[in-house]
Amino acid sequence: MTQAVVKPQAPLEKQVMMTVNGDEAVAYAVKQSLVDVVAAYPITPQTIIVEKFSEFVADGEVKTEFVPVESEHSAMSACVGAAAAGARAFTATSSQGLALMVEILYIASALRLPIVMAVVNRALSAPINIHNDHSDAYLMRDSGWIQLFAENVQEAYDTTIQAFKIAEDERVLLPVAVNLDGFFLSHTLENIYMLPDEVVHEFLGGYRKVSKVRVDYFDEEVPLALNPARPLSFGNLDLYDYYFEHKVQQVEAMKSVPEVVREVNEEWFKLTGRRYGDGILDPFEVEDADVVLVGMGSGVGTVRSVVRRLRKEGLKVGLVKLRMFRPFPFKEVAEVLKNAKVVAVMEKGVSPGSYGPLFLEVNTALYDLKSRPALVNYVYGLGGRDLVPDLVEGMIRGLFKELEKGVFEPKLRYLGVRE
Amino acid sequence: MLIEITWYGRGGQGAWTSSNILAMAAALDGKHAQSFPAFGPERSGAPMLAFTRISDEPIEIHSMVYNPDVVIVLDDSLISPKVYAGIKENGVLILNYEGGKESLFKRLGDLPQGVKVYTTPATRLALEILKANITNTAMIGGLMKAWSIVSWGSLEKAVKERFKGAVADKNIDLIRKSHDLTVKVK
Repeated sequence: MTQAVVKPQAPLEKQVMMTVNGDEAVAYAVKQSLVDVVAAYPITPQTIIVEKFSEFVADGEVKTEFVPVESEHSAMSACVGAAAAGARAFTATSSQGLALMVEILYIASALRLPIVMAVVNRALSAPINIHNDHSDAYLMRDSGWIQLFAENVQEAYDTTIQAFKIAEDERVLLPVAVNLDGFFLSHTLENIYMLPDEVVHEFLGGYRKVSKVRVDYFDEEVPLALNPARPLSFGNLDLYDYYFEHKVQQVEAMKSVPEVVREVNEEWFKLTGRRYGDGILDPFEVEDADVVLVGMGSGVGTVRSVVRRLRKEGLKVGLVKLRMFRPFPFKEVAEVLKNAKVVAVMEKGVSPGSYGPLFLEVNTALYDLKSRPALVNYVYGLGGRDLVPDLVEGMIRGLFKELEKGVFEPKLRYLGVRE
Repeated sequence: MLIEITWYGRGGQGAWTSSNILAMAAALDGKHAQSFPAFGPERSGAPMLAFTRISDEPIEIHSMVYNPDVVIVLDDSLISPKVYAGIKENGVLILNYEGGKESLFKRLGDLPQGVKVYTTPATRLALEILKANITNTAMIGGLMKAWSIVSWGSLEKAVKERFKGAVADKNIDLIRKSHDLTVKVK
C-alpha cells in the first residue's frame, strides 16, 4: 500500500526559515496569534520571551496590550481579568514565578478561561538553581490546566499557536500551559519554519471569539464575557449547594481535550506538513520493543538518538514521547506499552516520599492490562544536569541485562547523579 | 552527517556569538543547525563553552557535545590537553595561537591519533582590524581554512544579520584575513 502524500497548504517554501532560540520562537508565535493582552513578569529562563515581546509592542508590530506587572501573581490575575472580558491572553513564567502564581492558576481553570502560558521549565528552590527540570510543571499538575510539552524549538513554536486553538475550542474552554525546557530549548538556537502571519490568523479564525449563553435576566443570548453594558459575574461564592457540580463540570471538560488535541495536530499537519505523533504521544520503534522508555520534553530527542543507534545493533528498544501530561492519556499509554517487557519512565522531577509524578501516571495506565510490563522509574536532569547520551546507552543495556534475570530492583533510580 | 563543534572562550570574547553565526550560516545553506552555550552565570573573562551542531538531518539530540569533530579555542591562555578531551578520531583542533610550534605542542601534550591542529593569529588580527581583543569571528576564519563547513556566501549573510554596517564589513574582513593566515601545524 502506498502512503498518500499530503501536500501542505503552506509548503516549506511559503514558510519563513528563521534561526531562533526557544524563547524567541514562543514570542514570535504569540506575536502572530492576535493576542489581545500579555501580562508577564520576567524570570530566568523565560526572560527572552518577555523581552522580545515587549520589543514587538514598543515597535508597534502588535496591537497587544502589554501589562508589565509587578509579580507573577499579578500576571496571572491580569490574564484572568482579560480573558474574562473576552480577550485572548498570554503569559509566560518559570519556576518560582509559577509557584507564586499557583493560587490564580486554579481560578483560571475553574472559570474556564482559555489563557495560554509558556512555562519555561526550571528547577524549584532550594538550593537556588536557574536551570532546567520539570519540578515547576509538576507543581501545577492538579491545577486544572492542560499541559503540553515541546521537544525542540520548532515544536515550541508550533505548540504555542496550537495552544490558543485548543484552549478556545468550545468543547474545551480551559487554559493551556506550553512547557519548554529552560536553556536546553529556551536559550538554544535552532533553525525553524514559521508560517506567514495571515496563515496563523486564518488557522486561529482571527481574534478570540467568545461563545454566547442565554441569560434569562437579559432575555437573550449574550457573549459570556465581562461587559459593563450587560453585567455578568464570574467566580461567585459557591458553597455546598453548587461547588461540587461546577467542579465536576470542569473535570469533565478535560475529557474532550484529547480529541481536540488530535484534531488540531492533524489540521496543523495539513497546513504545515508537521505533526507530532497523534498530538498526544509519539511512539518510536515500539512495535517489537522489549524495553520501552517513556519521557517528555527535550530529553526525549537525546534518548531517541541513542535508541536509533542501538536499534542498528539490533537491540529491541523503543521510545514513547509524551506530548500531553494533562489530561493524562491513560488508554493511549496502555495501548502503546502493552507489548513491552519492561518500561522505564524517565523524568526530570521527583515527589519526595513517592515515585516521580510521570511514573505514577504510567503505573496507573498499565494497571488494567491483563499482562503488565515491569516498570522502573529513572529520575534524571534535576537542576539542569545534562542527559549524557552514554549514560542513556548504559541505562538501556542495563535494562536488557535485568530483563534476562527478570528482577528489577530498586524501582526508583537516579541517572547521572554522583554517589 | 552530523558535525559537532565545541568552542572554548572567555566571557566577552563572543564564543556563543560565533557559534550562533556559524549555525545561521549552516541554516542558510539548507542544513539543520543548533547552537547553545554551556549555561552558567555569565562573567566577563571566565572560561566558557559553546556548542554548534550542523547536520543534513533534523537534530534531535539536546545534550552538550562530548565527542566533538572540531574544537575551537578563542583564547591562547586556555590551550591545554583539557580542550581536546573526547575529540573524535581525526578531529580538528583550531587554536588562537601565534608562536613556536615546540612550545605549543608542549602545552598540548599527547594529542590523540589523527587529530589535525591549525593555528590562527586571531588576537593580533582582531586587535588590528576590530581594535579589540574579540577573537570569535577571527576563529571562524580559522575554521573555514581547516574545514569549509559552511559556504562563504551564507557566512557573509549571517555576519551581516548579526552585525550592522561597518562592524559587519570589518568582521568579514577579519574572517577572510584569519582564513588566509591560518596554518596547519599537525
